[in-house]
Amino acid sequence: MFDFLEGYDLLGAFWVTVKLTVFSGIGSLVLGTLLAAMRVSPVPLMRGFATVYVNVVRNIPLTVIIVFASLGLADVFGVTLGAADDFDEQAFRLAVLGLGGYTAAFVCEAVRSGINTVPVGQAEAARAIGLSFTQVLRFVVLPQAFRSVIGPLTNVLIALTKNTTVASAIGVTEAALLMKEMIENEAQLVLISAVFALGFVILTLPTGLFLGWLGKRMAVKR
Amino acid sequence: MTSVLYDAPGPGAKRRNVLYTVGFVVLLGLGCWWALAVMADKGQLDWALWEPFTQAQAWTTYLLPGLGNTLKAAALAMVIALPLGALLGIARLSDHRWVRGPAGVVVEFFRAIPVLLLMLFANQFYSVSTDLSSDVRPLYAVVTGLVLYNASVLAEVVRAGILSLPKGQTEAAKAIGLRKGQTMTSILLPQSVTAMLPALVSQLVVIVKDTALGGALLAFPELLNARGTLAANYANVIPSFIVVALVFIVLNLILTSFASWLERRLRRAKRSSGAVLHAEQAGAEEPVAEPGVTTKEGP
Repeated sequence: MFDFLEGYDLLGAFWVTVKLTVFSGIGSLVLGTLLAAMRVSPVPLMRGFATVYVNVVRNIPLTVIIVFASLGLADVFGVTLGAADDFDEQAFRLAVLGLGGYTAAFVCEAVRSGINTVPVGQAEAARAIGLSFTQVLRFVVLPQAFRSVIGPLTNVLIALTKNTTVASAIGVTEAALLMKEMIENEAQLVLISAVFALGFVILTLPTGLFLGWLGKRMAVKR
Repeated sequence: MTSVLYDAPGPGAKRRNVLYTVGFVVLLGLGCWWALAVMADKGQLDWALWEPFTQAQAWTTYLLPGLGNTLKAAALAMVIALPLGALLGIARLSDHRWVRGPAGVVVEFFRAIPVLLLMLFANQFYSVSTDLSSDVRPLYAVVTGLVLYNASVLAEVVRAGILSLPKGQTEAAKAIGLRKGQTMTSILLPQSVTAMLPALVSQLVVIVKDTALGGALLAFPELLNARGTLAANYANVIPSFIVVALVFIVLNLILTSFASWLERRLRRAKRSSGAVLHAEQAGAEEPVAEPGVTTKEGP
């Protein structure tokens, strides 16, 4: 019944999806936290930059960003991310860049909402003992904020997992591109689609359950 | 909260802030300078590449029809997904397990799948099983994919909207002898619609952004796809990307600000009117806020 799978690297495609998710997830977490820190910083220019970044990036379709990474960044600006002669690797890295930059805007918003849940007294106490802005963020506010945003960040991560399919627009050989190829060449449309749908359910469901549990466990009891 | 994080700057902090500002300006400036230098080098700054956007032809031939298709697909998807979503959302609140269960499975299933997979499936399905002409097939496929995904997202919005109503509403409806269907259609739904409106408009932003998928992978002639044809004609890769991105940003900012305007207005309206709403306000925040997270964060 499943002989249509022969000749296709199903696991390999999903492995690319996982790699895309992990790399751009880490990238967006770092960049998003940095942006959130900038959005609450005492330097007006940084606040402005982060606000503009978030509002611009959130309102552009991810597809436009990914396609631009390939046609604009790589072809015109010559940003090949150290993989100029390996087309597949270059597309993969550009996709990670695009996905990371896009998701960072959502991470920033989540972290900022987490910062807002930390009681005012915490920051006031931190300032009272003479901590500087970066120290207040690093030692007092962000550790508490992160514990309360595990839930929202999980939603961002799940959305990111699903968004990696957009990378197929620039030829990254991940799950959606393989599915497109398979349903065009094989007859079992419903079965093939079900296999891929199941693949994504398997990727997103345990993540959601585990991080949901973790979020409840880690939540700051107030 | 923001200003709570740091003290009012003294002389030292002011100097440091100026230093950070200057450093940041230099970084940004270097980035911009590099981008402009490369663009100038590749001729992307030539007026000839930007000029088309000041003339009617580029807009009427390429961009406006593209934008029209984007809006058409988004509007169709919203109009079809909303009743379906309402139905699913209400089904999830049913008293009967055999209604509630399957509805829950359907909603969770379609929310877990990338919308692109749904579009690809719909496209292939229409091409194999129907004799739709290939001109309209991408539109059908895009709308089908968006409807399947967004109906399940909207089902959660509707469910949260109904759950946000105070229990007294249902109890009062029962007390005057309304049946379950009547309670839903004449008491709960009309009231929850106002609570849901902002979330619905924000979802429209997500739908508009997702139409671009069809342009990139199914050759649906929407705005991003129209950019391709335009750039092939005028050889203005970077300018066309910038203009198309701007169009998307403006469109979505209008939708977003409309949503937050609606939200403010509805909040205000609720506070000013009467007795029921005291209880409602206590309950309204949380259930709406919870799926709000999933709808808003789901990019």
